[in-house]
Order: sequence, then structure tokens, then C-alpha cells
Amino acid sequence: MRAIPSRRFMISCLLATLACALGCSSPSSTTNSSTGSGSGSNVQPISVNTGPDIQLGEYIDGAFTSVTVCAPGSTTNCQTISDVLIDTGSSGLRILSSALTATLAQQTSGGNPIAECAQFEDGFTWGPVQTADVKIAGEQASSLPIQVIGSPNFPTIPGDCQGVAEDTLADLGANGLLGIGQTIQDCGVDCTESGAPSAGVYYSCPNSGCVDTTESLPSQVQNPVASFATDNNGVIVELPAVSISQPDATLSGSLIFGIGTQPNNVLGNVTIYGTDPYGDFYTTYKSVNYTGFLDSGSNAIYFLDSPTTGIATCADYTFWYCPATTQTISVVNTGLNDATGSPSFLVGNADTLIDNNDAAIAGLGGPLPGLFDFGLPFFFGRNVYIAIDGQPTPGGTGPYTAYSNP
Amino acid sequence: MKLDMKFGMKFKTLFAIGIAAAALASPFRASASLGGDMTSVRDDQAKLQGTLQTTSGNTYNVHEIHAASGVVLREYVSPSGNVFGVAWKGSTHPDLRQVLGAYYDQYVQAVHAQRAQRHGHGPLTIQLSGLVVQTGGHMRALTGRAYIPQNVPAGVQAEEIR
Repeated sequence: MRAIPSRRFMISCLLATLACALGCSSPSSTTNSSTGSGSGSNVQPISVNTGPDIQLGEYIDGAFTSVTVCAPGSTTNCQTISDVLIDTGSSGLRILSSALTATLAQQTSGGNPIAECAQFEDGFTWGPVQTADVKIAGEQASSLPIQVIGSPNFPTIPGDCQGVAEDTLADLGANGLLGIGQTIQDCGVDCTESGAPSAGVYYSCPNSGCVDTTESLPSQVQNPVASFATDNNGVIVELPAVSISQPDATLSGSLIFGIGTQPNNVLGNVTIYGTDPYGDFYTTYKSVNYTGFLDSGSNAIYFLDSPTTGIATCADYTFWYCPATTQTISVVNTGLNDATGSPSFLVGNADTLIDNNDAAIAGLGGPLPGLFDFGLPFFFGRNVYIAIDGQPTPGGTGPYTAYSNP
Repeated sequence: MKLDMKFGMKFKTLFAIGIAAAALASPFRASASLGGDMTSVRDDQAKLQGTLQTTSGNTYNVHEIHAASGVVLREYVSPSGNVFGVAWKGSTHPDLRQVLGAYYDQYVQAVHAQRAQRHGHGPLTIQLSGLVVQTGGHMRALTGRAYIPQNVPAGVQAEEIR
């Protein structure tokens, strides 16, 4: 079933390589690399720190940054939002209403405001879709649909918005989510067709109450990177290594926009793993194939279960592993383009790893039956590349993922 | 249906008891899947506007509902006609209030408790004495499963619910 995308991917890789061979190394060397031309404009500092919520306690293994939003076209009605969680597992910018003071433009359809129920692995966010000029580093996405979470103007959550809300600072643990995954839209064609497939995501909200509605692709909440004028084919998340025996109070890294668009974001010598449109590839553990994905928004490496791994979960934390001694897990990742690589990672005892002081903790793992969710600890010491679906890069057309080895 | 033929009268009796029990437990809801019986499977099918496919096994039957939303929901039914487990996969989660039924409130409470402990985001692993719920994946590719440990038939591994 996946042979077709695989072949298509390989052909596009080949074409991109050819195109590059013909054009990329032509006289563009007039650029003075010592000036770091554009080196600042596509680089956004990120930080693994305890996050904005004191009540929740310190955030562990979350990477945060700041994002500036302005009312469309305005240079004065703007606000810089701090402590926005970087999430390669979703697409779209979402900001807590409680953190937002700038007045953005409400999206409407047929005169009625549009709101969204966005679903995540551990809950949902509910709130209106608004448009903003989104500025990060030197990049800008103009009139981008974003979600404002937990707006008091949309207090009634529709009955078919399922799960447990993450609409407050205590529940979200961040002022917002910066979704920079492989997909452009957060729903896609399912939400554009009338009928049941769109149920439970986008809503039209007249005074009488919110009802399911369809939402065109350009109107959907979407990955800001794909809307940048340049450096819009993906991102690189760069974080330094963390020792399992020595957690860090904070960790500084970079979010770099674009892949192969600037001197500072070349692919280098990394293996490219073709993914499905949502970022999934294959991960093989002990000769059995599972689904794998790179998700900076997950705060541990979550994979399989105790019966399969032989690693016990913690007595107090059912969602983390607590092996008696640190385990090395070796897997084989296989892209839809048949590229393979054999990363390994450590899983330590969560009870002893967590010390209530440090935000960057290596070796944190937990169960997730049937899947490998390579969360933020996998990003430590690696440069992780996320190429957006349908966007050309020197390494081929997205979607794909790649990472350097530590 | 295969199930009716296989379990015959015994099934039908339990079926009737099941309806009575469901009616007593939740007078305002026809039924709900987890912990329910075959009526609850059909109720889920109706509510999710899905098509139903049944696979018979030695120790349990699997009723697979392809919901109109694109979510695939598998319901695991024991020989006594009890839905002891459910598993799902799709671009969104299914209607969890419908699928978890009487267990929904317990689930919500446990999610809040887990959030307070986790210090961040990640897949949920709710492990109570009478209920296990696990949800994971990421936006547009979500999975989950729930089961009642006591009701899983002897010899069946929980890992089979997926």
C-alpha cells in the first residue's frame, strides 16, 4: 500500500537532486557567508525551561519560545506571547485567551464566527478561529488563521467536542502551542467536505449555539511556517545534549526556519525518512514493526508497553517507566522511502530522574501501546528536521523527517 | 449474525439481562459500549453513523465500526456478550462519552489527576482497578483503547485490544 508514495518520494528526491546539481551551486557564492546573511532572520531562540505555570509545577522536557501576533496589517496592535510550546506533533498556532491582550480579527463564515475543537493525544483545545500576522524571528505569516483557546466569548463547548479540555494555563502548561509539524492544515480535506467527516472539528457559532461546519483549506488553522514568504518548507529543531546523570535546569537551543534555503539550514549528512502526510514512519523493535513519529510536544519518549518491553511502569506514575537500571533501547527507523537508521536511546527510572529543579531531563520514557512517540528527550543532542507536506527541499519534497545522530 | 448462532439461547438470555441491567444503570441513555452488551455495540454504530463488521474468534468477537467521521472503532465482546474492551484509530478521537459510557466520568477525573502529575504533555495511561484507558498519537493520527481488566476473558492478553 505504501509502495506508491515510496516510489513517488524517491523520484522527487532524484528530481530535487538533479535540480540542485543544475542550479544550486551556480554563482550564488557571491553571498558573503561571514555576514551570516539572513542567519538571524530565520533563527528563533528556544528554551527548555520550567514554563509559565507555577500551579502545575515545573514543566519537564518542554521547549518554549516567543511569538508575536498582530491584528492583520497592523504594526501597533501587536503582542509578543512568551512561553509558547514548540510542537512538531501538531500544526497551527494556538494561544490561550487568558494570555492574549491584542485584538485580532475573528474569522466568520456567512456572518457567523468560526470556532474549533482541536484534538490532541491527551485532550482538546476549544475556541474561536482568528486571523493574525504572526511574526517569529525575521519571518512573517500574514493573515494566518490561528486558534484562540478558552475564550470567554465562546463558553459552551459543543457536546461532540470529545475528551478533556486543555483550555486553561493549568491544563495547557503553556501560553500557547506553536504547531510546526509535517501537515499544512490542522484538519485537511476531511473538514472541507460537507457531511459527517467534518463533525467535531470546525463549528459555526451563531448566537443560538455552535454547530458543525465545513472549513476550506485556506481558512483552517495552519502551520505558520508554510505561510512564511521564505524559509517555508520546514524547520530544524536544535538542542544540545543532556546527560542522563546530570539534568539541566534550562537548556538553550534554536528553531531554524527552512531546510536548505540558507547557509545555516543545510541538510548536511543526515538520513531522510519519508513519512506519511502526518509525519509517521516505521519503527522496528525486536523485529516487530510499529508506527513512529517525532513529537517535540511530548515530554518523554513514549513507546510500547511493559509486557512488550519488559520495563515496569512507576508505582506512582503509570505514564512513565521506572526500570531498576537504565535501559538502552535500540530500534530501526524506516522511512516510506525505505531509508533506514538505527537510533538508540536511554530509559532511566523516572522516580530518580525527576528532581523538582531541572527542566531538561534525559532518559524519561513511558508507555504508549503500539507506537513510538519520540518526544523531546530524543531531540537532545540531535538536529531534527521536519519537512512540510508537498514543499520542495534539496533533500526531496516533504513530508519527511531527518535527524543528526548525537 | 454469527454471534447469535454461536451462543444461541444462552446469549439471548444474557442479552435480555444485559438490557435490563443497562436500563437500571442508566435510565436516560439507551446504552454505552464499554461494559455493555450487543445492544450497546449497535447503539454505537447508530450514534457514530457507521458500518459494522464482525469477526468471530475462539475467545471473543470483534465488532469493527467504521464511523462516518473516519474513525475505526473496534469493540471486543466476550462469549457472555459483554463488551470488555474498545480500541480506536482515526483523525480524531471517537465520541468518548458514548464509547466509555458509564466509565466516562471516572476517566475525566483520572485525566485531571494525571495532568497534575505529569509536568507536561504526553499520551494518557489511566490505570484504575476497574478501568484502563490509553490514548496517544498526535494531531490527525490519534489512537486509543479502553478495557475493564476484570472482564477480559481468561487467556486473553490486554495487548490484543488494539
